[in-house]
Amino acid sequence: MTPSKKAGVGSPRSGAKTSKTKKKNGAGKNASKVILAATDEILAHYPLEEASLIMVLQELNDQLNWLPPKALERVAKKLNVPFGKVQGVATFYRAFSLKPKGKKTVKVCTGTACHVRGASMLVDELKRSLEVEPGEGISEDGNFSLETVNCVGACAMAPVAMIGDHYYASMTPGNIAKMLKKEKPE
Amino acid sequence: MTSSNGKPFGSVKNLLKRAEKILKERKKLKQEIRVCAGPGCIALGAKDIHKELCKQLDDHKKELEAAGLELNVTLSEKCTGCHGMCEAGPIVTIEPEGTFYTGVKPRDTKKIVEKTLLKDQLVDPLLYQLGHHRGGGKVKHYADIPFYSLQLRVALRKVGVVDPTNFDDFLAEGGFQAFAKAIAEMTPEDVIDQVEKSGLRGRGGAGFSTGRKWRSALRVKEDRVWLICNGDEGDPGAFMDRAIMEGDPYSVLEGMMIGAYALGATDAWIYVRHEYPLAVEHLQMAIDKLTNAGLLGENILGTGMTLNVRISRGGGAFVCGESSALMRSLEGKVGEPRAKYVRSVEKGLHDEPTVLNNVETFTCVPAIIDKGAEWFASMGREKSKGTKAFSLVGKVKHTGLIEVPMGRTLREIIFDIGGGIIDDRPFKAVQTGGPSGGCLPAGKLNLQVDFDTLADAGAMMGSGGMIVMDDHTCMVDVAKYFINFLIGESCGKCVPCREGLYQLYDLLNKITNGEGKPGDLETIETLCHTMEVASLCALGKSAPYPVTSTIKYFREEYEEHINDGVCRAGVCPKLIVYHINDDCNGCEVCRKHCPTNAITGEKKKLHVIDPDLCISCGICKSVCKFDTIDIMSGGKIVSRDVVA
Ligand SMILES: Cc1cc2nc3c(=O)[nH]c(=O)nc-3n(C[C@H](O)[C@H](O)[C@H](O)COP(=O)(O)O)c2cc1C
Ligand code: SF4
Ligand code: FES
Repeated sequence: MTPSKKAGVGSPRSGAKTSKTKKKNGAGKNASKVILAATDEILAHYPLEEASLIMVLQELNDQLNWLPPKALERVAKKLNVPFGKVQGVATFYRAFSLKPKGKKTVKVCTGTACHVRGASMLVDELKRSLEVEPGEGISEDGNFSLETVNCVGACAMAPVAMIGDHYYASMTPGNIAKMLKKEKPE
Repeated sequence: MTSSNGKPFGSVKNLLKRAEKILKERKKLKQEIRVCAGPGCIALGAKDIHKELCKQLDDHKKELEAAGLELNVTLSEKCTGCHGMCEAGPIVTIEPEGTFYTGVKPRDTKKIVEKTLLKDQLVDPLLYQLGHHRGGGKVKHYADIPFYSLQLRVALRKVGVVDPTNFDDFLAEGGFQAFAKAIAEMTPEDVIDQVEKSGLRGRGGAGFSTGRKWRSALRVKEDRVWLICNGDEGDPGAFMDRAIMEGDPYSVLEGMMIGAYALGATDAWIYVRHEYPLAVEHLQMAIDKLTNAGLLGENILGTGMTLNVRISRGGGAFVCGESSALMRSLEGKVGEPRAKYVRSVEKGLHDEPTVLNNVETFTCVPAIIDKGAEWFASMGREKSKGTKAFSLVGKVKHTGLIEVPMGRTLREIIFDIGGGIIDDRPFKAVQTGGPSGGCLPAGKLNLQVDFDTLADAGAMMGSGGMIVMDDHTCMVDVAKYFINFLIGESCGKCVPCREGLYQLYDLLNKITNGEGKPGDLETIETLCHTMEVASLCALGKSAPYPVTSTIKYFREEYEEHINDGVCRAGVCPKLIVYHINDDCNGCEVCRKHCPTNAITGEKKKLHVIDPDLCISCGICKSVCKFDTIDIMSGGKIVSRDVVA
């Protein structure tokens, strides 16, 4: 019964924009309207009961790139689940982000195969050059967030980093700067 | 894609008729080109290769037809699941010859069409080359490559063979014969009998007898039984279940359908790991197709059987792979395990009777029904029957997805199939069983792999991750890696697991930082013991294994870290220094790249690293083209390749 993705309510990119506009005072109202509209649209496809919670949050997170508090409040109300419980679920699962993300997310595979081939050096170098922690923060220019993921099935090319759909194979700390330069959004 | 007229089959007979018809059509097929679209090959650009191949075929349509090859009739192309030999990707194979092309680029497709298809010649540079120890020759067919010839594929039987999005393809490869047989010729009791006799044990980790699990559910007399397929694949270094779900979704579903028939289950879930969107897509396509074809839903094949299958995407929590936590997650709750005395066959999902099995387990079932319990039981060992899929990764030459009969030795798997260690470095250890497993040393290479031998040796079968390590892997670091992973994944419900993991991490971290004290190992061992006996679920109970097994087999390495501040593998950043040796020709590259300006030196003169400024980021070593940067620990060179 996994509902197919409905078009319309913004791509991940517009999600990133949402969070940026929010920072600029004044546009905040507009942003929260977008968020709530997206939330309602998603909720409309599910039975309004607790069992839908995770699936609703997943779709929200896919669309907005994170779970804004406003959206969580709306979900709690509509599904008739206490807000604390919604927040509990949102923090428990790694798939959910409670913080906004940069325009692009650098994912470093820290699966076992990548680890033994030096993935931790990549993470360290990215932390240093972006000045962010995995799963937290956005680089100062607003471009990148950092995430670590488990095996992406490309162990033959370990260690692997990913940006969007693109895989960077056999990465070294030395070619991270090049990768970031290439991926820098216009 | 030819459809089954869009109409439901309505009866077993119709289904079989359809299968026969497709098979007849397929006999006309003279050649088929298979582009591997497993995760590894996709990462290397398999989709572009397929696109370009289609274009080339179209461009050469007339010539191909003149050569007796009509597109889509006698010549076809398709994307399949993982062929297994990921390190040689992207892979293209041509059937029926079994021609095996590796490292294919989009532009190579022209040559493949013009030379191989039209002139029956091989494209030499794309052929697979054997290693030096095997004579270094080129191999034309994959059947001649040791990586394949030493395998036996049961669970992976159709992965890399069928187009996972094409139902007819699946039928042509013998799909649904087993389900038809079960539903038409066997009673549910017969099915369970066969599964039990086959000796099939759960492939998800614990190795519980599948037949016995099913039988015990049958005894619970309730109206509703839930059936769940566990595709959470939590092991952070494994991708077997993914390869099956993406590459052969119909076999997973066929296994579940046979299970549902045997158990009288009408509702089923497949719980797929969060990071596997393609698996969700392929499974959903298959479910939709089967529903339209009257193989799922109500009154399946006119027999009155009902089965609805739904997919749930996991939330990305390792503990949700544990059966009771998974059920809580399906209920929309936080995924916390329950104490074991509550049996899920009686009170599982929504407190109703539930049978849960792993993806690979379900995938084995159709093969067992099709070929018989005796056939399955004839493979493997006394207490571990059949075959097992592994993802063979790490510092091994042939990284990829393999399947072997139970009882093959670690040596056969790593050296004969895997081709040995990258750069022929010394083998140090192999890690099996993921975060609940352990590391085995060279002395255990002759161990015959099955559920019990691995457990006895302090490792685990787990779901089938097999990570090979060489002398550049630090065993203390590996232990720390798994504990760190588990800290993020423990649900925190019980104290021994939650606190124990933190304490363990703290101690291991100190050791890798050179701050370990004599007596730490004993403290660690006590902690491990407490966690093993006092944790609530298997996550906490088995969490210490990566630590205990490395202490057991590599105690020396721990002691070196503690007593001498030495990391012999050259991994632990605080215990190593980077040093430029005399071969340096002063090319200045490292100096320009160093983020802390720790490197000084003039053009064409020896460069020097200031150890006080060096943060051991490894950039200099990875950019040096002349390999002049060494890693030292305890005053000795222990150099480690930054990337294998
Ligand atoms: C912490 C933990 C994680 C687990 N992760 C998985 C998993 O990812 N996939 C899986 O099939 N089984 C996993 N299991 C095992 C399941 O609890 C269960 O035993 C298994 O899915 C049953 O299926 P089987 O009998 O076919 O193996 C895990 C168990 C524990 C304790
Ligand atoms: S052992 Fe760990 S994961 Fe299992 S219930 Fe206890 S805290 Fe949770
Ligand atoms: S561990 Fe990184 S791709 Fe498998």
